[in-house]
Amino acid sequence: MSSSPSTTPPATPASTRAKPANKGEAAADYLDGRLGIYSLAKANLRKIFPDHWSFMLGEICLYTFVIIILTGVYLTLFFKPSMGEVVYNGSYAPLDGIRMSEAYASTINISFEVRGGLLIRQIHHWAAIVFVAAMFVHMMRVFFTGAFRKPREINWVFGFLLLCLGFFDGFMGYSLPDDLLSGTGIRFMEGAVLAVPLVGTYIQMFLFGGEFPGTDIIPRFFTIHVLLIPGVMLGLLVAHLILVFYHKHTQWGGPGKTEKNVVGMPLMPVYMAKAGGFFFLVFGIIAAMSAIASVNPVWAYGPYRPDQVSTDAQPDWYMGFAEGLIRVMPGWEVRAWGHTLNLGVFIPLMLFPLVLALIAAYPFIEGWIIGDKREHHILDRPRNVPVRTGLGAAWITLYVVLLIGGGNDLIATHFHLSLNDITYFVRVGSFVLPIAVFYITKRWCLGLQRRDKEKVLHGRETGVIKRLPHGEFIEVHAQLPQATLHSLTSHEQPQPLELPSEVDENGVARKVGLLTKTRAKLSEGYFGEGGQIPKPTVEEHQEITSGHGHH
Amino acid sequence: MSHDNISDDKLPDAHAASEGHGLPAVADDPFADPGLPAHEPRRTDIDERAAQRAERQVSLLFVTSMLATVGFIASYVAIKPDKLVFIFPLGHVSALNFALGMTLAVALFCIGAGAVHWARTLMSDVEMPAERHPIEADDEVRADVIQQFKTGAAESGFGRRKMIRNTMIGSMAMVPLAGVVLLRDLGPLPEKKLDHTGWIEATPTAPIRLVNMNTDEPMKAEDLAIGSLTFAKPGPSASRPNGLQDSDEDFQQAIAKDALMLVRIQPQDLKDEKSSALGFEGVLAYSKICTHVGCPISLYEQQTHHALCPCHQSTFDLSDGARVIFGPAGHPLPQLKITTDTEGYLVATQDFTVPVGPSFWERSA
Repeated sequence: MSSSPSTTPPATPASTRAKPANKGEAAADYLDGRLGIYSLAKANLRKIFPDHWSFMLGEICLYTFVIIILTGVYLTLFFKPSMGEVVYNGSYAPLDGIRMSEAYASTINISFEVRGGLLIRQIHHWAAIVFVAAMFVHMMRVFFTGAFRKPREINWVFGFLLLCLGFFDGFMGYSLPDDLLSGTGIRFMEGAVLAVPLVGTYIQMFLFGGEFPGTDIIPRFFTIHVLLIPGVMLGLLVAHLILVFYHKHTQWGGPGKTEKNVVGMPLMPVYMAKAGGFFFLVFGIIAAMSAIASVNPVWAYGPYRPDQVSTDAQPDWYMGFAEGLIRVMPGWEVRAWGHTLNLGVFIPLMLFPLVLALIAAYPFIEGWIIGDKREHHILDRPRNVPVRTGLGAAWITLYVVLLIGGGNDLIATHFHLSLNDITYFVRVGSFVLPIAVFYITKRWCLGLQRRDKEKVLHGRETGVIKRLPHGEFIEVHAQLPQATLHSLTSHEQPQPLELPSEVDENGVARKVGLLTKTRAKLSEGYFGEGGQIPKPTVEEHQEITSGHGHH
Repeated sequence: MSHDNISDDKLPDAHAASEGHGLPAVADDPFADPGLPAHEPRRTDIDERAAQRAERQVSLLFVTSMLATVGFIASYVAIKPDKLVFIFPLGHVSALNFALGMTLAVALFCIGAGAVHWARTLMSDVEMPAERHPIEADDEVRADVIQQFKTGAAESGFGRRKMIRNTMIGSMAMVPLAGVVLLRDLGPLPEKKLDHTGWIEATPTAPIRLVNMNTDEPMKAEDLAIGSLTFAKPGPSASRPNGLQDSDEDFQQAIAKDALMLVRIQPQDLKDEKSSALGFEGVLAYSKICTHVGCPISLYEQQTHHALCPCHQSTFDLSDGARVIFGPAGHPLPQLKITTDTEGYLVATQDFTVPVGPSFWERSA
């Protein structure tokens, strides 16, 4: 829409912005003009983050993920994801002249020929072990403090998906070297796939490109391990972090902290230094672990052969509970009409995602029971929500009991116990122990609530014994400071839902659905008489403090 | 746009503690929020010499990191990959791995320690509050967006022009089928592949010898001591003149199904007649592949005749037709019918009568 080309362009300045003071500002101006970095930095450069040790757990996950990506890229430069057969002639003498796949041979070469290759391999594996462990502990932190409540439920799901993908990528990763141990793991997976009704054999053939083991599974796992799953994880991770920034971090209650603020220190400089530094601390510690502790010494296992196996074959720890399920399940097989339903394998295969789904779905179940539509940014102390804390502890118990089942052979040999007894114990224990732990934990929380109440109303024991004129000995209690009184009493105590009355205002019987009744029952369980100890009121406090001051 | 003002009904009240029970407001509430505690200065905030000391400590950590990186490069160049070194309490470890790992660890850790120490001693540790904004948009924005969406939807005619809508949904639903079809060549169809093993070539006229896995020699019944366990594979056949060899291209697939476990048990100890008849003078040939999920069974207790799978501890009584006596396996180990040829060597004259390995949907036995 310009006028004739002969006219000179008007000499107006491109921008009205003040001249930059130095080259740094000039560079920032350049980027701002193209990327809009000032608007982005305005909200984030001095963003406030609250401080608590438990908030570092998520950071460990992030940093180990970065370490895994960095070392993983290095490993792909040397690893050959091929099941083509070669005869080994490298520097590791015990394997000299032995037939093996190129995948295994190249892993041996990374460990013995490439300088620093073993270190990077071990950092990769150790970081993966720590990654999954940190995700678990991080998830538990979020669970027990109620940090998953609105508005963070979706982010909880993102985190849960990251955990599951972490499992599978870990499994595929340690399957790649094609050593005797990991091949046994793949064989187990094949058996599990075959147990799927109707389509099991088809999935098996399509997955392996033919009969087990074939020559396709390692290259296929490789692509999934290095490209597909990490790609999805990276996307989820970025979304997870964006939401952490967008929601702003949760914080513990206490003086000056409310649902409408976040108290802490700014990203620049404090958390840049602390969080940035923490990356190097995590990396340094994992490097030290990899220098002194061997992990997955594949050269000692030998190459995979379907007719050979080592004793005490174990998956990496995070697959241990699935291993437990498969080991303790009775061998039920239904044979009818020319078909076999292998329940002994198929049931554990279904329970594996179900155990995980239980915890994944929890925020939505709790949200439904409580019916609370408000945002929550102040964390719950675990004792103040005894039912949730009990359920979390029960879930951990189930996990640990199954882990014991997964390591029943190791426990049997290390503690000189009967393997059969351990299996029977796990079969019963996975039902009984979570229930027992639930009740113990819940009562424990209630006890702690009573203790808090006691402290608020009667103060702290000073250890000073006073003798009264009439000879009675008493211990002097000191009033808690107001900040502590506030911290111990500022939490909410929701009241259980009440069912609508049986008849409406016109005297007509009202139909109350089963769902509504269940919800009211559950709500009563959470917040009814047995679910929490009513916290001290101001009146109670005044009555006691205005009296004789102690006792 | 009062986006920044949080409305009280969307947030729980932090002071609900004292008011939540419908009590009259208390004039001097002992539980009231006293507000953020005053900042307590650190030593480095008030003592310049302490601050300078902290500065030197941070720098020292960074310098240590630099030295460690130099050490890393030096180790990489100087230490041979095959050198072992004794380090207490680790024992003999790879010198190169230990040196590279420890120098890298120090180089990284000291950067982290320096940065954290810097933040903790010299950067401001004044806690400050920032406001939170509600995640939910206010009603005005919400109404505006919904209106915009309705306008857009109306302009597209998506709801009104049903033919476009239905054909579009149809095409979008169908096009992924192309991707599904492409997966067909991932592998062959199962057909009857899992029902047979390499022993299928064995017939009464062309038996296949059982060959010792370790010595690659055929075996006679008297070669097997009572109570012993021997692993075996198929000997020469029409398609494999040298027997199954680990240099064969399909060795892994073949051995995954053909591997045998030979035991010799006193005939009077055998509890299952059918199983006993499939053997020869107390020599029984069972599939080595566990019927649970396919691990090779390798542990045998000769006193009890129990074979144990080391993966998931399924236990089979080999004197009783490999009945499952413990563990998660769902059915006995398949047994291969054996006899001897004219020279007295153990041979198979037919395949397993049931599929070996873990069970599957199409398994009819």
